[in-house]
This record gives sequence, structure tokens and C-alpha cells, in this order.
Amino acid sequence: MFKFILKRVIEAIPTLLILITISFFLMRFAPGSPFSSERTLPPQVMQNINAKYGLDKPVMEQYTTYLVNVLQGDLGPSFKYKDYTVNELVAAALPVSAKIGSVAFLFAVFFGVSIGTIAALRQNSWLDYSVMSTAMLGIVMPSFVLAPVLIYIFSIHLGWFPAGGWLDGSAQYMVLPVLGMSMMYVATFARITRGSMIETLNSNFIRTARAKGLSFPYIVLHHALKPAMLPVVSYMGPAFVGIITGSVVIETIFGLPGIGKLFVNAAFNRDYSLVMGVTILIGLLFILFNAIVDILLAYVDPKIRF
Amino acid sequence: MHKNKITQALLLAAGISLVATSFSTMAANVPAGVKLAAKQELVRGNGTEVASLDPHKTEGVPESHVIRDLLEGLVNQDAEGNTIPGVAERWETTDNKTFTFYLRKDAKWSNGDPVTADDFVYSFQRVVDPATASPYSWYLEMTTMTNAADIIAGKKDKSTLGVKAIDAHTFQVHLENAVPYFVMMMGHTTVKPVHKATVEKFGDQWTKPENFVGNGAFVVSNWVVNERIEMTPNKYYWDNAHTVLTKVTFLPIENQVAEMNRFLSGELDFTYEISNEHFRSLKKEHPESLQVKGNLCTYYYNFNTHKKPFDDVRVRKAISYAIDRHIVTDALLGQGQKPAYFLTPEIIAGFSPTLPAYGKLTQKERNAKAKELLAEAGYNKSNPLKFSLLYNTSENHKKLAVAIASMWKKTLGVDVTLENQEWKTYLETKKQGNFEASRAGWCGDYNEPSTFTSLMEGSNTTGGIHYQSAAYDELIKRGIETTSAKERTELYYAQEALLAKDMPIAPIYQYVMARLVNPHVGGYAANNAEDKLYSKDMYIIAE
Repeated sequence: MFKFILKRVIEAIPTLLILITISFFLMRFAPGSPFSSERTLPPQVMQNINAKYGLDKPVMEQYTTYLVNVLQGDLGPSFKYKDYTVNELVAAALPVSAKIGSVAFLFAVFFGVSIGTIAALRQNSWLDYSVMSTAMLGIVMPSFVLAPVLIYIFSIHLGWFPAGGWLDGSAQYMVLPVLGMSMMYVATFARITRGSMIETLNSNFIRTARAKGLSFPYIVLHHALKPAMLPVVSYMGPAFVGIITGSVVIETIFGLPGIGKLFVNAAFNRDYSLVMGVTILIGLLFILFNAIVDILLAYVDPKIRF
Repeated sequence: MHKNKITQALLLAAGISLVATSFSTMAANVPAGVKLAAKQELVRGNGTEVASLDPHKTEGVPESHVIRDLLEGLVNQDAEGNTIPGVAERWETTDNKTFTFYLRKDAKWSNGDPVTADDFVYSFQRVVDPATASPYSWYLEMTTMTNAADIIAGKKDKSTLGVKAIDAHTFQVHLENAVPYFVMMMGHTTVKPVHKATVEKFGDQWTKPENFVGNGAFVVSNWVVNERIEMTPNKYYWDNAHTVLTKVTFLPIENQVAEMNRFLSGELDFTYEISNEHFRSLKKEHPESLQVKGNLCTYYYNFNTHKKPFDDVRVRKAISYAIDRHIVTDALLGQGQKPAYFLTPEIIAGFSPTLPAYGKLTQKERNAKAKELLAEAGYNKSNPLKFSLLYNTSENHKKLAVAIASMWKKTLGVDVTLENQEWKTYLETKKQGNFEASRAGWCGDYNEPSTFTSLMEGSNTTGGIHYQSAAYDELIKRGIETTSAKERTELYYAQEALLAKDMPIAPIYQYVMARLVNPHVGGYAANNAEDKLYSKDMYIIAE
């Protein structure tokens, strides 16, 4: 297992390097600069600003300086938020996205798997149809539609929950964003679980177990659930990264100070160093979670281990 | 229109020293009979996250809103937009070149240090110091402060700037040209003081809540990037006795709908703005909360006069004439915006732009004239005029562009390609001159016509660079150099007249500022044209 993990770490290095290089140059080639504003600055002021941020140096030199700094864990000063370094901004935003993301993720997995399993066990019953058609609604209803609807009902009309804000992650501020963020994944997990569970229940080893006279709940819990979880586990990696990074919409609608919002603002502001910092972070997360999923799969499915 | 402002400007221009007692120094003036709420906490929507809380490193409106509460400059504004004493309790000048400010002796920083003339010397030098790389350093250059331009360019040392501390509480500024509206310009964010010892000790980190030292009515107590900035009263502020609020929170909410929702669910006391689409429904359902006031800004289309087809003044005029500005202001916007036929908005202090000849015509007459001009320029059915109109991505700009393009199509048979670009790309395209016509807008930095008319100067990369008129530049130069207020006003009229003649831009409308304000907020400055709102003047009324 240690060798397996080591291999993944070594593989990650060139991937990250390519990611840094491509995004570094793509960002520089985007029209506009971090310091362009409506009233174009006098050339001497522009020169002073460029000198301060090292933008007056040749691009290749900027690139090598950046790489050396990143290796030392220094993502540089933010070009837009002048009172902060990228390290500070990312360190403040990541816990917000991580907290809301993990809660939404756990919520999605728990309810998705439960609903999917129930639907599979009552296949083609009214319960199955009603649960799965609701799930379908969850998939097709994008969060930018769902979230305002939730706000309209629960904040403006009923006044139960705030319409936005974070306030250090207090519970009442988390309810609506978590719902808005996880509904789509609850639905997807439910569909995957249902399909996989039905397939598993129809397979030969389950039939054997039933022939042996084992009770149905016992078969489901001890024999069917684990193999049925394979596609669910595979989907967990992308789902988790998707929830954390794809939270842009939710973070914007609810005004949450997370990574997604930081990333979008950075791109619009041409905040080169912040865009790079968040890109590297997301790249790292992707690699990390794919590795975790691989390890989990190896645990669940003996075929992968051997 | 705003008589008091005009008088004010004249008084300043004449160099009469003003005694603080002649104004009621603004502060939360709670009228008798108003019952205050037990909880005095205000939550303000503030558009986008601030780029910095350092007044010498910012350029945006959201930053100014926050900094106005944290730092106090030489002068402030009252609810009507008049310049009133700030740290300076009075000032005097005899030639509009040398200004002496007498600082109040009880002004203190939030650590208890006195605010002295040396603080202003240090701060003004810091703005022009190339090492600070201030994006608004040109503002001091515009005041013609002695040596400012050379210091910014790195040709002279910052110590040569025309500022001097005569004694601890007497601050003197020397200008190269007479600028009668100089005192008014001292209300800007860029010229707020910073605490030298704190800045030198913490560098870029001095604005963090744990390090912050300011001289405004409030100090930062908490700052979560992209979520909130919280502030509490500065107990050393000279007028702290009159501050009623115990806490002020600024929320950066970019999305107008999200901001409106948070207002409607009671989490915000007033919004930064409201979206056009919701204006009518809000007016119907929440008339008590809707506040609309004139705003010192003009919306216009500018033409690239260096490129076909807009190198021909007849084409520029035809296109400008054919815009039915009343449809734009009444049918499309409908919040109280006014049509614009000039660059300087009417709400400006001390100047009333006169309607140019084409502004006096009816739209029907203007359309006829436009057709005539376009035909003269050689465009007709077999050779229709085609051009592209660039605007920065936004629902409102799109709505206007589509409507105006259809006016041009209907009246003149012109084919317009609409091209929208995201903000920074749009700025770059304009800078490169890769456009034919483009949407633009400008809000005054101070309440005086030159903040608008200087836009069209040839060296001004925002507007004038696409115009380049030696005659216009000469008028601007004379406006700066003259020592006669009357002559300066004449020159502003001449500048506007030349713009109407050359039509490098098609002015469209004059802005209003519309926002939702909870009726329980007292002391909201509903008539301040520059939207200079001071939290220290506000209070919460008991429901």
C-alpha cells in the first residue's frame, strides 16, 4: 500500500508542473492586466506599480521566480487585495469551502445512498417511482435555480434562515447553502446506488445466498451493499472535488467567503498570483481525492488489489 | 439648483476663511422626539470586496465608503454635499495657490496620539512616492501641488512636495497654479492621512484589525475577505460623543439580487445599489424603503475619431442625434435619470451646463437632421452605414445597446454589431483603440466641472485620447491657469460647446443612485450627490 501511495505522489509532480506552466502563461496572455482601470494610469505610475510586482521583468524570468517561490510554499502577494498575500487569502477561504463542502458531501452520500437503496429494494413500486422522479428533479434543477427558490421560501417569506453570509459558519447560516449545494448530488448518488444495487441483487452470488436460505436484510447488508457501493465510491472523488470547487454559484448567491468566490473574482480582476494559487490548490485537491478514491476502491474491490 | 453649494464654492473661491461654528458640524443629529432603538448596529451593503483599506492604494467606490468611516481628511461633507471642516477646523488662502489649514487640537488617532500637520505631510508625500505605487497619485498631480508630477515620475525627491508643517497644528500646501476648488478636492479618499508609525512598523499589514490605527469615527474590528468588515467606534475620535452607532458592518455583495434578498429578509439596513429589473416591483411593494437621488455621473457612448466611419463629424452627430434619450431615461431606465446632451451632469456644484442647440430640438427634428447629416456623409440605402458598438458585459448596458441600435436602424437604416466584452478585456480593447463606438461612463472625483471636462483632454486615456483636439486642450489649459472664477466658468461653457460641435462623445443620460434603505435608519444623506455617506451621522430609530 505504501508503494502504491508513493507512486501516486511521484506521478503528481509532473502533472502539477504542467498545470502551473499552462495556467501561468494562459493568464498572462489574457487581455487586460491586473492594474488596468477605467482611467488608464499615467505611464510613470504604471511603471512604478509594475516594478513593485515584478511585472516589468521578462515573462520567462517572472515564471522562474514564481516557480522557485511556489516550491518554497510562497504564493506571492495578491495583486488585487493589496493588504493580503495569496497564502493568507487561500488559508482563510479553504476552511469555509471545506466545511460547507464536507457537510454537503456527507449529506449527499447519506441521503443519496439511503434513498437509492430503498428504491432498489422496492423496485418499480410507487415508492421507487416517486423517490426517483424527485431525484430526477434534483439532477435537472441547477443550483442557481434551486438556491434563489430556497431563499425566497425560507428567508424572505418564512424568515427561518438568513439569505446569505457566513458568520464563522454558524449552523443557521449553513442550512440553505448545504441544501442548495447537495440536492444535485443526493439525486445523483441515489440513481447510481439504485442502479448498482439492482444489478448486484440480480447477480449469481446473491441468488446463491438466497438459495442458502439467508434472510433478505442480512443479504442486503452483508453481501449486496459492499459490491453495490463500487460505482458510488468511484463517483465520490469527483463529487467531492465538484462540491468544493463547483461551489462558485452557491458561494456567490449566499455571499460565502470561500474558494470558489475567490477564484472567480481573481479571474475577473486578473489577479495573476491569486488565480495561480487557487489553481494549484484545486489541482492538488484533485490529485489527492483521486488517490483517496483509488485507495478506497482497492479496499472495497479485491479485483483491483490483486 | 443647489444654491447652498454654489454659495459655498464661491466662498471657498474667494478665500474667505470659514469658521467652524458657521456650520453645524455634522454628526448624528438626532431630532427631538425621535426614539432611538436599543440596538445601534448598522449593516451596509458595499458592492464588491475592497481592494485595500489603505487610502493610498485604492481607487474604487466601495473602498471609499469604508475608508470614509475609518480615516478623516482635512475636510468632510455634510448631508447636502457641502464641504465642511474635518480635521481642519478652518482654512485660508489669499491667492488660491497657498492654502493654510488649521487643524483641530483635539483630533486624535485611535491609539491616542494627536493628529498633527506632520501626519498630513507624511501622507501626502506617501501618495506621490513612486515606492507606494498609488493608483490615484495622479490626483495630487491634478491639484498642481508643487513638484507632484516630477516626484511621481521619479525626477525629484518626495521631500520637495509643496506641503509644509508650520507647527503641529498648521498645515500648508503650495500649488503651482491657482485652483479655487482645491479645498473641495481635499475631501477625496486619496488625501486621507495615515499613521506614520503604524505604517512603518507593519508595512502592507497595517490595515489588519489587529494593527489598524486610524483617525476616523470608527476602527476596524474584524475583516473576513469576501464576507464582512466590522467596525466599532474610535473612542479617541474628537467627536465621538456624537457617534450613536455602536457597530457598523459592511458586506461585499456583488450580486444585486442576492443583496436585495438579504435586505428583504432583514439582514441589511441599506443596499449598495439595486438592479434595474427590480426597480418597478420594489417601487410598488416597498416604496417606503426606496431611495433615489441624483448621482454625479454621466453615461455616454464615445466614438473613435481616428477610425472610419467616426472620423467624420457628420456621422458622429447623426448617430448622437438619432438617440432618443427620453425613451432611454423614461421607458428603459425609469428611476429618475435625466437625458444628457452634455458631459457635465446638471447636479454639479457651481455650474449649470446649457442645453446645446441639438438638445433644444424635438426628437423628430433631431432625427430629420441626423438623416440629412448621414446622407451628406455619403451613406444611403445602397451604401448603409455599418459599425460595431462595444460595451462591457452587463444586463443594463446590453438592454440600452439593443434599444439604441434599433433606434439607429429605424431612423437611419444603420447596421450595428453589438459586441460585449468582460470588463478587463473591454478596458484593454479601448486602450488599444480597437473599437469604433463604445459605451462609457464617468463619475466625478470631486464636485466641480473639471472632473468631467478634463476627461476629454487629449492626454486622458479614458476619453480624450480618442478625440485629440488641440483647441479643446487649449481650453482646458486656460481653465486651469486662470485665476478668475468667472472666466473659468466661461471656459467650462466653451468646453461643453466645443464637445457639442465636435461630438467626440454622445452623452446619453445622467445617473441616479437608487438603493433600498430601511426606514429605521436615521441620518441617511439622501441628497449628497457624491454619495458620501458617513456612518457617524447615522442612527437606528426604534420601531
